[in-house]
Amino acid sequence: MSDAPPRYHPPPVAIHPEGHAPTPHHPWLQHHFDSMEQQAEASTLGMWVFLVTEIMFFGGLFMAYLVYRHQSPMGFQEASHHLNIYWGAANTAILIVSSLTMALAVRAAQTSQPAKVQVRWLLATIFFGLCFLGIKAIEYTDKFRDHIVPGAHFQWEGLYPKPAEQFYSLYFAMTGLHALHMIIGIGIMAVIAFLASRKTFDSDYYTPVEVAGLYWHFVDIVWIYLFPLLYLIGRHYTPGGH
Amino acid sequence: METTAPTAPTLNYLNNGYGLKSWLLTKDHKRIALLYLWSITAFFFLGGFFALMIRIELLTPASDFVQPDTYNKLFTMHGVVMVFFFLIPSIPAVLGNFLVPIMVGAKDLAFPRINLLSWYIYVLGGLFTIVAAVTGGVDTGWTFYAPYSTSASNSHVILAGVGIFITGFSSILTGLNFIVTVHRMRAPGLTWFRLPLFVWAMYATSLIMILGTPVIAITVLLVAVERGLHLGIFDPALGGDPILFQHLFWFYSHPAVYIMILPAMGVVSELVQTFSRKNIFGYSFVAFSSLAIAVIGFLVWGHHLFVSGQSTYAGLMFSLISFFVAIPSAVKVFNWTATLYKGSISWDSPMLYAFGFIGLFTIGGLTGLFLATLGMDIHLHDTYFIIAHFHYVMVGGAIMGYLGGLHYWWPKITGRMYPEGWAKFAALNIFVGFNLTFFPQFIVGYLGMPRRYAMYAPEFQIYNVLSTAGATILGAGYLIPMIYFTWSLKGAAIAGDNPWGARGLEWEIPSPPPTENFPASPIVTENTHQYAPSREVGIV
Repeated sequence: MSDAPPRYHPPPVAIHPEGHAPTPHHPWLQHHFDSMEQQAEASTLGMWVFLVTEIMFFGGLFMAYLVYRHQSPMGFQEASHHLNIYWGAANTAILIVSSLTMALAVRAAQTSQPAKVQVRWLLATIFFGLCFLGIKAIEYTDKFRDHIVPGAHFQWEGLYPKPAEQFYSLYFAMTGLHALHMIIGIGIMAVIAFLASRKTFDSDYYTPVEVAGLYWHFVDIVWIYLFPLLYLIGRHYTPGGH
Repeated sequence: METTAPTAPTLNYLNNGYGLKSWLLTKDHKRIALLYLWSITAFFFLGGFFALMIRIELLTPASDFVQPDTYNKLFTMHGVVMVFFFLIPSIPAVLGNFLVPIMVGAKDLAFPRINLLSWYIYVLGGLFTIVAAVTGGVDTGWTFYAPYSTSASNSHVILAGVGIFITGFSSILTGLNFIVTVHRMRAPGLTWFRLPLFVWAMYATSLIMILGTPVIAITVLLVAVERGLHLGIFDPALGGDPILFQHLFWFYSHPAVYIMILPAMGVVSELVQTFSRKNIFGYSFVAFSSLAIAVIGFLVWGHHLFVSGQSTYAGLMFSLISFFVAIPSAVKVFNWTATLYKGSISWDSPMLYAFGFIGLFTIGGLTGLFLATLGMDIHLHDTYFIIAHFHYVMVGGAIMGYLGGLHYWWPKITGRMYPEGWAKFAALNIFVGFNLTFFPQFIVGYLGMPRRYAMYAPEFQIYNVLSTAGATILGAGYLIPMIYFTWSLKGAAIAGDNPWGARGLEWEIPSPPPTENFPASPIVTENTHQYAPSREVGIV
């Protein structure tokens, strides 16, 4: 480079000489953010973007469901009769209540309520999440008992064994993926509850509770779609009839 | 102008801690970029090794160097490694990681820990794929088409699929980090339309990453589940629909092509401005063309299914929309060319790569229109024509952009120059080797040589010999930068803050930058890439 002619150096981009004065430091403010507001906005936007990816992730399965439902509507209808609508409805109610307790937990952190109030709502959310998983386990056990788990041991008495097997393939794939999200969500809630018990959250800093809440509500909403698609559609038809 | 020799800063991100732990547990975006640089370089040469084996086999019409089964595994591993472990992470994870925070005037990406996590996820996915390769390989082709992948193939589909599934999350996390960073971490005064075009390109790329990657993730997961548990999703024997697999696969994998090319376009936008000393012609058009490519790119996947029994009307629509992608792509090419007009052009090695990109991408893009034409595609489908087309876009486009960017920002990353003479020689080598490798494939493909066979008709041999000769030159061309870049770390001249006399926030901080990037958050008062006098001054 030594014999190269000198380059034209344009004047530098105008930058304010003083720079941007950082605001006073909160203990939970990470070094690369300028303010708590910027940190909170980044975290919530990050979670929203992540939820968009989750929608696309579940979207592949919903697409498969739509295609196969369209291909064999009668078979899917027949297969859905073997799902227990009472357990399904109970789980829907449980998840909606867990969303309420989640929202109350966020509210408690936001309004600087005592740590034990925050922890109480978070533990309630975990409790309802566990109830949901327990009922799901009962349902899965029933399917194994009745040999309607897809694979070598699948048995179907009705008119449409192939579509029924496909329906249950999708049922296990979709509810299984949803249950995995519930398990992860319960793990997150446990961490948040632990942090809350250490008096971490108040009106100045409650982003983790809020962000975990967004995730929890999303997982609920997925179930709100799964329940009618798997349990309810075509429920009023008689099996095998028209 | 420079009276004193440039000096390197005493404290920078490279000498801020030396132990292994200071690298493996770093949250500094610049160090994570280097972790990615080392790992993707390893995968690049692994994928290159597979390519070399393929080219040796194709030297003769008979299957004499490897067995056809081995050949199937070679081209599969070449595709899987190059697409998922090199091309997709290349520019975003290396140059994007290093530059996006600096270009927006921030100290780091919004989520430094997630950034580090993304590298570990990438490495974990890579390990799965390497294990799959070492224990016997995969023979499905990188497209994993069902039902071959779900029931017929007896190779390590699940291992490789899980590898791709895991690696997908690394690009999702990178995309998420970039989007939040560009939205929330811009320095005061750095409005969207003052951002460098590289940042716009990275933003558009990130949109594709977060919208497309989850779909491929669920798709390969379903393939693995179908193989393992016999769920009937894609295999017609189990009641599934193999065409659904193709739809889901290409819904991601076509936009993935734009994950590879958009960042390279962003790099070229920077290079063309710096080395012609001009503001880009039509800044907002170039910026929005990135977004347009990202959006339209999601609506064209059906052009991979023209001969799969897709409805003709769907085919017509997909063909038409595929033509639309050419519009924003052409906007970029024309605007780069218009930027050169009356510019003060210097022929430094990064600019050679930019020129290479513009020419080769134009060929790659235009031949894409041949393939988007319904009737033409019947003839060209699954021939070497399509191999040549997408290598012109991915190798001639994406890798040219990557290497151009790597040369351009190398002084910033390491604080050292590189031997310019060797760099020019390597650039020329790569350009010649590349064209010699892939141009004959357009011809032999048009003449009817199908892809993915170890054997071919003897009359195609001359084209294949040319191709293999070109690949040898190309391979040598890739090794040269590897050598002089490594040498430059100790031996080359100190670069100084701004060796190119370029504009942009990254050139106003020391090279290599300090760990915090900026001593205080900068306040930006004008376009960061202003080469020309401001408009307010009036036309001279």
